[in-house]
Amino acid sequence: MKYTLASLLAGLIFGFGLIISGMANPEKVLGFLDITGLWDPSLAFVMAGAIIVGIGAFAIARRRTLSFLGFSMKIPTSSHIDKRLIFGGLSFGVGWGIAGFCPGPGLVALGAGEIKAAVFVVSMVAGMAVFELIERQRVKA
Amino acid sequence: MIDVAWSDFTPWTALTGGLLIGLAAALFLLLNGRIAGISGILGGLLSPTRGDIVWRLAFIGGLIGAPLAWIMMADLPPIEINAGYPSLIIAGLLVGVGTRYGSGCTSGHGVCGLSRLSLRSLAATLSFMAAGFITVYIIRHLLGV
Repeated sequence: MKYTLASLLAGLIFGFGLIISGMANPEKVLGFLDITGLWDPSLAFVMAGAIIVGIGAFAIARRRTLSFLGFSMKIPTSSHIDKRLIFGGLSFGVGWGIAGFCPGPGLVALGAGEIKAAVFVVSMVAGMAVFELIERQRVKA
Repeated sequence: MIDVAWSDFTPWTALTGGLLIGLAAALFLLLNGRIAGISGILGGLLSPTRGDIVWRLAFIGGLIGAPLAWIMMADLPPIEINAGYPSLIIAGLLVGVGTRYGSGCTSGHGVCGLSRLSLRSLAATLSFMAAGFITVYIIRHLLGV
């Protein structure tokens, strides 16, 4: 129950952050990605603000084996840089550049009642399902 | 040379929103011990295991509920989606497949990964940023859409 409530709270605050920062607006994100046009650096400030807080949080988390609610810490340990990581990142980046949506802002815009965001989110989940199917085949093979 | 769109640039709201995103990631990490990676949280619902579903739905529910909670307090800032439906479908598919293959998106690799100084996440972030810059360059300046 505590775990679920903390998840809800984190999702809600994350969503507020995306709204305030303007990142729930794809046109603003594309303004950042359009570095050879008229460039809007705002996204870099969003990342900087988030990372400043994040660095502090991870410094605390690293010294703990259990979270403050007593759950085990699940921090990624992989440091492997492989083709999957790079090609995955590149495909994601192309999709991001086409519509200006990454997963979080897509979900927030969906909540704001945008039909186009709903189309994006459904397609994104379909893409994730394609990945699952390919992975299951791969594991079987 | 870089030409800054000063009239669009919103450093203070960007920084404030960023701090809130950092706070959300920090709370999630310190309370639940997890990385606030949105593509991973959403994608994990497609291979569900017992006891691993409700918290994911709660986090996603928080994201979707944020604009609903917001409009009870203030007007929602504009959301301009200029991409057409075919573009949105292609973009969605690429984002879905890409974030799962790359094990993360702007939140998991970009915010959390860079915060924990992970070289793997830095490589992922540079990949999707570079692809994003190039894609927008091609669409806006070569194709002129």
